[in-house]
Amino acid sequence: MVLLTRKIEFSASHRYDNPNLSPEENRRVFGKCNNPHGHGHNYTLEVTVAGEPNPVTGMVLDLKDLKDLLEREIMQRMDHRNLNVEVPELAGKIPTCENLALLIWNLLEPKIPAGTLHRVRLYESPDLFADCYRPGASNRGGSNFASTYFPDPKAEN
Amino acid sequence: MGPADTVNYGRQTKLKVALGRRYHFAASHRLHSTRLSEAQNRELYGKCNNPYGHGHNYVLEVLVSGAVDPATGMIANLAELDAFVQRQVLDDYDHKSFNEDVASFRDVVPTTENLCIDIFQRLKTFPQATLEAIRVEETSNNSFEYAGEHTEEAAQ
Repeated sequence: MVLLTRKIEFSASHRYDNPNLSPEENRRVFGKCNNPHGHGHNYTLEVTVAGEPNPVTGMVLDLKDLKDLLEREIMQRMDHRNLNVEVPELAGKIPTCENLALLIWNLLEPKIPAGTLHRVRLYESPDLFADCYRPGASNRGGSNFASTYFPDPKAEN
Repeated sequence: MGPADTVNYGRQTKLKVALGRRYHFAASHRLHSTRLSEAQNRELYGKCNNPYGHGHNYVLEVLVSGAVDPATGMIANLAELDAFVQRQVLDDYDHKSFNEDVASFRDVVPTTENLCIDIFQRLKTFPQATLEAIRVEETSNNSFEYAGEHTEEAAQ
């Protein structure tokens, strides 16, 4: 089995607020993420597909197909959007990194053109991410890219 | 909702969700084994055996799993995870000499492999979620992972 990972980046805004909690409770639970006017992130999404290379093409899947799928299902739905207002699949849910990663898994998993979806990793910031994967599987993707995406300017080697 | 570490979602019967958080600390160490001679230590550890030590900006990546609380959308409250890691690891590690200041390394060589094992022990009691694995980047080119006794299984 080979793991193949593709990365995309999108920007979106959100706000954490549970209407069943009082304003004070919301502020206590969610802190600055409860700011009434929202805030945003540059998200980095890694999608890892597992499979055997096709003997004719040498590919687990055609990367162009995966790229098109990510453009259609993720970029058009989420890029430069307000996640609370403009993504109906998140209605009634707090748009945390965990819930967003779950939604992304659910959107992609039935449509992966070849192989099987192995892991979705969504970075909300360099220091915070959520993974979705099958129980019993490892959470490994193609690699751990965080340092590549977000190099530490102070690192010397 | 399924068992504590899985979530029912869509056509997936069960799906694991994990939260990853990265922390930063700076510390010094010297790689030197009391079981080896001075010459053997120099041969084995090279410049890491420098008697006066040296340091790194480490990155600690902590991965915890659990059920996503529908009320918060979260596996664990980040502020509580941050406070736990601060108390259990960073207070003891940050801006310290592992060899001189951290009791765990009194008789253990402070390689990043051994840091991983010590950090896992310190974090596995996190009450709100299950510790899946930790990863330590000693530099941006060297990283190490540990998932407790199941590390080999998890790697397959």
